[in-house]
Amino acid sequence: MKFTLSWLKDHLDTDASVAEITETLTDLGLEVEEVVNPADALSAFTLAKVVGAEQHPDADRLRVCRVMTDEGEKQIVCGAPNAREGITVVLCKPGDYVPGLDFTLSVGKIRGVESHGMMASWKELTLGEDHDGIVELPSGEVGDKLVDWLAENDPAKVDPVIEIAITPNRPDALGVHGIARDLAARGLGTLKVTDYTPVEGQFASPIKVTIDDDTLDGCPLFTGRLIRGVTNGPSPKWLQDRLTAIGLRPISALVDITNFFTFDQNRPLHVFDAAKVAGNLRIHRAVGGEELLALDEKTYTFQPGMMMISDDNGCESVAGIMGGEETGCTEDTVDVFLESAFWDHIQIATTGRALKINSDARYRFERGVDPEYTFEGLERATQMILDLCGGEPSEVVSAGDVPDHARTYRLNAERVSSLVGMEIPESEQRQTLTRLGFRLEGNLAHVPSWRPDVQGEADLVEEVARIASLTKLEGKPLPRLTTGVPAPVMTPQQRRLQLARRTCAALGYNEVVSYTFIDKAAAALFGGGTDATMLANPISSEMSHMRPDLLPGLLQAAARNQARGIADLALFEVGPAFTGGEPGEERIQISGLMVNRDGPKDVYGASRVMDAYDAKADAEAVLAAMGAPAKVQVLREGDVWWHPGRHGRICLGPKKTLGVFGELHPKVLNALGLKGSAVAFTLYPEEIPLPRKSGATRPAMVMSDLQAVERDFAFVVDAEVEALTLVNAAAGADKALIEDVRVFDEFIGGSLGEGQKSLAIAVRLQPTTKTLTEKDIEAVSEKIVAKVTKATGGTLRG
Amino acid sequence: MDDLKAKYLTQIAEAGDENALEAVRLAAVGKKGEVALKMRELGKMSAEERQVAGPALNALKDEINSALAAKKAALGDAALDERLRTEWLDVTLPTRPRRQGSLHPVSQATEELTAIFAEMGFSVAEGPRIDTDWYNFDALNIPGHHPARAEMDTFYMHRAEGDDRPPHVLRTHTSPVQIRSMEKMGAPLRIICPGGVYRADYDQTHTPMFHQVEGLALDENISMANLKWVLEEFVKSFFEVDSVELRFRASHFPFTEPSAEVDIRCSWDNGQLKIGEGDDWMEILGSGMVHPKVIAAGGIDPDKYQGFAFGMGIDRIAMLKYGIPDLRAFFDSDLRWLRHYGFSCLDVPTLHGGLSR
Repeated sequence: MKFTLSWLKDHLDTDASVAEITETLTDLGLEVEEVVNPADALSAFTLAKVVGAEQHPDADRLRVCRVMTDEGEKQIVCGAPNAREGITVVLCKPGDYVPGLDFTLSVGKIRGVESHGMMASWKELTLGEDHDGIVELPSGEVGDKLVDWLAENDPAKVDPVIEIAITPNRPDALGVHGIARDLAARGLGTLKVTDYTPVEGQFASPIKVTIDDDTLDGCPLFTGRLIRGVTNGPSPKWLQDRLTAIGLRPISALVDITNFFTFDQNRPLHVFDAAKVAGNLRIHRAVGGEELLALDEKTYTFQPGMMMISDDNGCESVAGIMGGEETGCTEDTVDVFLESAFWDHIQIATTGRALKINSDARYRFERGVDPEYTFEGLERATQMILDLCGGEPSEVVSAGDVPDHARTYRLNAERVSSLVGMEIPESEQRQTLTRLGFRLEGNLAHVPSWRPDVQGEADLVEEVARIASLTKLEGKPLPRLTTGVPAPVMTPQQRRLQLARRTCAALGYNEVVSYTFIDKAAAALFGGGTDATMLANPISSEMSHMRPDLLPGLLQAAARNQARGIADLALFEVGPAFTGGEPGEERIQISGLMVNRDGPKDVYGASRVMDAYDAKADAEAVLAAMGAPAKVQVLREGDVWWHPGRHGRICLGPKKTLGVFGELHPKVLNALGLKGSAVAFTLYPEEIPLPRKSGATRPAMVMSDLQAVERDFAFVVDAEVEALTLVNAAAGADKALIEDVRVFDEFIGGSLGEGQKSLAIAVRLQPTTKTLTEKDIEAVSEKIVAKVTKATGGTLRG
Repeated sequence: MDDLKAKYLTQIAEAGDENALEAVRLAAVGKKGEVALKMRELGKMSAEERQVAGPALNALKDEINSALAAKKAALGDAALDERLRTEWLDVTLPTRPRRQGSLHPVSQATEELTAIFAEMGFSVAEGPRIDTDWYNFDALNIPGHHPARAEMDTFYMHRAEGDDRPPHVLRTHTSPVQIRSMEKMGAPLRIICPGGVYRADYDQTHTPMFHQVEGLALDENISMANLKWVLEEFVKSFFEVDSVELRFRASHFPFTEPSAEVDIRCSWDNGQLKIGEGDDWMEILGSGMVHPKVIAAGGIDPDKYQGFAFGMGIDRIAMLKYGIPDLRAFFDSDLRWLRHYGFSCLDVPTLHGGLSR
């Protein structure tokens, strides 16, 4: 919402400066977004008088002028055709910045003649388009400031323009009058209220108005009148200046008057060219499919139920939003029908959104205009039309009634103190509300018709606090809920994720946060890309589906980094992945991705290509950090984006998967544009059982003083036999004695023959009651061999 | 005897290596060495002679043994010195590469603010990112026709044909978590709700996903003055400055009443932001007293309970605190950026140790 200072002063009697006004507006909740004060750029310029002008010795078109300035007579070379003795001009001195030319003047020499400044044109001062010659002022004395002269003689040129942001609850501030009311309530001046007298009709309006019964809820009141014999030329300069200042293009007096009331009073109006209206106007609902060429020269098609204004020729207006081109006013308009109506804000918003029309009328009606001002707006606009265009007014025609908006809320002076924490005397509270237009009856506050946002007692508190100024609010400590040391607040799950993040970072992964929506093709590679996870209005096809997994985003991030020349990297992310489109159909994942090597090539040949076991080690480390049980199964048959033979699922039983690790499927890497190899892990922290909380106490430590013994065994087994099967079999041979079984060698093929491999294990025996004899060890060894042989079908390697 | 001593001490001193030294040892104090032979002669001596010669021989033997030991150690040292002289490394060579991981600034900032609010009794609440329009709008006093809905640039989920429910939304703020928490936990209540939120907007300063933390405190007598104190304490602690000045400005949000936007006093010096001093004001968050309708929507009696709510951008306050210029880079996963603006795994923010280092 834009307005100028002088426009505001039409409604507010005040001596406040622009700075005071803008600071106050922001504080009141009418946040100032921009102030453009043309005087700021013009403050240096003064008036001067040309006392002599002679032909330049070396240039036909230049004149050497003697100019009387506040600093005495100066020589200025000038090329303007009107530079001549006796005229009063605007002087720019060396050192001054000339806004229209965007440079700072200096003493110059033009064709050998020194020039000490310049005489400006309106265009060079950014005060107009006129560049045919230098400014000639009809009055003014040498040394007068230009801005002072303008303020006196042409104030519009130095009228500061203020733009404020309007929150949706303040339609009343969409008119300059409403803004002035807020400032007056704060005490920054007095609101100017002018009386008006209804204009007496001279004849009955030939155009009548009806509202269909089923449309009265959307258009409770429609008023209008015909004014015949008008002259619709350009509007007067003051009106054009106003509109131009706030960025509107003056069109014609009739249209400019409607725009004036829109911004002056938040009262949208419409003018029909009565000659083009056939018969009467009817406000009714669309059947659907009707079309209208609107004033913005676009054709709109009505949906069933939308409100429209029709005459005998059919639709003439998108009711309350935009008039039709056919019946619009032109310079030839002689008879005009003026409309002032009240429309329901919800229906206007719905229609406006559906038809995608943004107009000043829609913007205002959907936020709420003052229903009580419908007639007054019509009368005042009639008067202005008569004043500016002449003509003869008809009697007012109307349909419907001003809708009931009366409501009262109790003013509880204590509430301001208890809710806001500010002490404001009741008398001041009452004064504030009164100045804002509330009518107080005892403790009951009647809400003014222009404040549809006030819907409860809390709103009264808000008004009082807002006008008093929240800057006065002083902080008061929020009492603790309990005394003493605060208890921890994080849930076990929240702590786990924190630990997981920091463990990943400790393992050398860089954390990323990526968009949770990805493209359909990438989502489809990971079991997603379904309609259920699709956005209805994505901002690009790259961000069309909620991600089914974190890995596609990580892989795409890795590919982007490869494109920047980084071949090796390790990234991780913690965040939600989506199984569907319903609330809750998401689960937290932790994914780590390693691409290619663990580092650049080095002196020691230490860097190597990361493999599935690296991913497994990191997955295990992160799971351990989150308190997952150490005893797990590693199963196969994971999702299709993993390398079929080179991945494992870390499980608690066949159905509970804590995580997956392994190589990614080459096709997936290829599809996402990744070069080289990639291994990854994905963990599902919500699957990890929560520990049974039994305090911080650790179990008692059991340590044996007896010597432990380690024995190595090598078995030849089928290549498909899994190490974990062998280890579990060996460990089961004597659960009391065997403390640990560790695989330390794997050898495939060679002398063993096709399809065979050797696995070597180290078994650590820890006696607890007596030192082991050779015989004891022998006995356990036999049991181990027997168990392993039975479980794997392998043989002890000789 | 003195000759013997001089002879062997000289030989020991002159021995060039361990073999030569061993030969001297054998010749002097070995079983058949000269000193041993002398010892044997003691038997033939008279008691008086033995009284003199015995101790002298023993002293000679001890002296030679000490000299041998000393020489042996010296030879060993010399041999080690000689070996070490050949053992030379170019210690300027780089080490074996070790990967350096990092945490994202959003994670770090979230942990920081969690630590601060936890101290003031706020726990951390979470909720779904896809939510119903009721939780995201209606429950927050934003009915279907409200202009705020249109202004929020909401992402909607696709609706299957025949499913006539209003489309779900990607939450435009974490306020739905406030409603869900009120439903679940009742009052009194103190929570913060950090997390990802979405707006269909992408330009220099907007990304379609960003992070917000909202706070909610409900009790029987919480006022806006308490809100101001909480925010002052938070800002002071988060930005690690001794004092801050906040300015409350009246504003409007459908879910709070009264509502205020909060500015922080700051200065900009050569593009460097300084919080707590200067003549500029920067808007950092929106806040207010929770609207009675919102409290009721959460299943709590608004006649009994009242309180405040606030919301601010986590990415934004991280940018301000750590001098990160571009929001869009947060979600670009550029390794160079992650390394430059990321945090070490050991940088765990605590109030006792400090939030940043």
